[in-house]
Amino acid sequence: MAATNNNSSPVRRRISQIFARIREPVSGAPLLGWLLGALVAVILEQLIGLSLARMLGMSRIPALFGIVIVLQKPSLIPSVILYDLLIYVLPTYIIAWLSTAFANWSAAKLLNFNKWVAVLVHIVLIYAVLHIWCDVSDYRLLVVRLILVAIIITASLNVINGYMGEFSCSHPGFIALGAYMASVLTVGLFVDDNFYGPALLPTNLGHFLFPVILILGGVVAALGSIIVAVPSFKTRGDYLAIISLAFMFMVKSLFENLEFVGGARGLGGQPDWATLPVVFSWTILSIWIINNFVRSTFGKSLNAVRDDEIAANAMTVNTRRTKMTAFLFGAFWAGVAGGLFAHVIRYVNPSTFGIQMLAEVLAMVYFGGLNSIQGSIVGAFSINLLSEALRPLEIYKWLIIPLLLILVMIYRPTGLISFTEFDFMNMIQPKRKTKEEVEYAAAAD
Amino acid sequence: MPLLQIDHMTHFFGGLRAVHDFNLEVVPGQVRGLIGPNGAGKTTIFNLITGIYSPTEGTINLEGDNLVGLYPHQIAAKGLARTFQNLRLWRHMTVLEHVKQARYSKLKYGLIGAFFGTPRRQREEEQSDRIARELLELVGISHLADQVVTNLPYGAQRRVELARALAIEPKILFLDEPTAGMNPEELDQMMDIIRQVHNELGMAIYLIEHRMKVVMELCQVIQTLVFGEVIAEGTPDEIRKDPAVIDAYLGKEVEF
Repeated sequence: MAATNNNSSPVRRRISQIFARIREPVSGAPLLGWLLGALVAVILEQLIGLSLARMLGMSRIPALFGIVIVLQKPSLIPSVILYDLLIYVLPTYIIAWLSTAFANWSAAKLLNFNKWVAVLVHIVLIYAVLHIWCDVSDYRLLVVRLILVAIIITASLNVINGYMGEFSCSHPGFIALGAYMASVLTVGLFVDDNFYGPALLPTNLGHFLFPVILILGGVVAALGSIIVAVPSFKTRGDYLAIISLAFMFMVKSLFENLEFVGGARGLGGQPDWATLPVVFSWTILSIWIINNFVRSTFGKSLNAVRDDEIAANAMTVNTRRTKMTAFLFGAFWAGVAGGLFAHVIRYVNPSTFGIQMLAEVLAMVYFGGLNSIQGSIVGAFSINLLSEALRPLEIYKWLIIPLLLILVMIYRPTGLISFTEFDFMNMIQPKRKTKEEVEYAAAAD
Repeated sequence: MPLLQIDHMTHFFGGLRAVHDFNLEVVPGQVRGLIGPNGAGKTTIFNLITGIYSPTEGTINLEGDNLVGLYPHQIAAKGLARTFQNLRLWRHMTVLEHVKQARYSKLKYGLIGAFFGTPRRQREEEQSDRIARELLELVGISHLADQVVTNLPYGAQRRVELARALAIEPKILFLDEPTAGMNPEELDQMMDIIRQVHNELGMAIYLIEHRMKVVMELCQVIQTLVFGEVIAEGTPDEIRKDPAVIDAYLGKEVEF
């Protein structure tokens, strides 16, 4: 890592100076200020986005920051950059800068009032930003929901591969178990379709039972994970990777041969219940619970098992129970995410849950960063976005993503943001410049 | 009644007899030493007592409870804490996290508490935080609490291991060469810490050492192990004069 960090290069220093200057005015802005800025930006896009896009020579609002256009029509790159600057970057920056005092004051007020209310306000703001942003196109809505599902998947795989340090390849299998369980229940019970016949229960009831169905999917996935968890008592490393890979193929061929769930043709017609608020709530819930777990002493024992199992055992840590918990827990969330995934796509097919999905989820975990919730979010977001951006290249995108992974492994072997603690309470704190900071900034100039 | 009683413990690695007919009685508060040449089986005895290996023959009893066949974490939770000859620390965890981790068996909030962050969890985590900081104070590294262990000097890493073992609230503390690789100054500090720990917490201590200074000054009873068999047991003075020990381990002074 250090070998490439050539700080003495004048160009690098110049660049970092410029960045420092850009950051300076907003360095005191709290998360609340940034969210307000983002909210203004997405509202602005609704109001003037289309006319601005036409003015810049694009037929419609660029769906994902224009990254899809870039590969299709390289001549539009300047327009895309200008659009992003004018619609997203500048308004967010300016509002965050102007609202610094107000945002700090209100963040402090909120936290003084009740910390859970403060958290809720921030989450609602994040949701509002996403909701308004997704209002522009259905494509956006689909991609955002898939990213949110991918965050659950990545965070849950990070529990096993990052926090516990086992190389488990069985996650697509767990996702498939959850996806099929949830699909069979919703399609079979609540929908009139020609595969399972007429609905057995009123559709409206399904809305309320959907969380239960997702949890059932998670439970089935967790039960399936016992097949992988038990061998993990005896083996580690390569052998466990092979066992878990075998499990993934077992699940895939199981569904290919089960006519009851549509066999290789797949199962379609899931109701449209995985709406943005539903997926968003599940993502928040999963991150909250996963983060709670990995920050407790029980969760920390995953790290102890990873770094030295004998020492963990000698320090009273029940390593079997720890491994079992990690697998069941990771698989449960993968199952829940699978159920959501099936209802976002509204079609499941055994071939979806194969080696390519494995490559994608592993890429998200290892690119984003091991042992880190932020890393999981960043990984899920960036790999999904990249995958959308490279879609015009079709199969050749699988040359570029692995190349990127290789580069990450060389320069940051544990991923972009690894070995961190995710503390949302800390993130929403108002930022006040301390006296030392002010003096330091003055001295630096 | 002895705290720990081991009778006729024998262990084979395949055809190799590593430990033969080993007997031990530890009474509360006693400091015992185990010396012997390299490869005599000292660490094997520690591994047998703490459950990493299961003895081929013999019994191990802690206050009347049989320990043979229990998992290492169960034995540790009963109050047998140990340190390792080659440091075994968790390289991504901070000093404080190390000590808190050893409170695992004392935590009662369970998985529900871990998932949902219940008030009970908050309370228990705060309590273990406080205990961990007190122990770090005791071994003199409280200022390093938030450091990742790999950044620490060797002597401090040894102290982390000791503090971690103490967090189990042991009845007997097993120290496997606590001063290995230390310079004379660090050695004196370590001996002071061991004395202090013994004075304040009062548990029994059973230690393996190669440095005669440490063994002779700290221990009340010393055993000498050669090829898996105890050839002598007694007070430091008796051991120093025992011809068998001199012959096998201590060596003779040569006069020119």
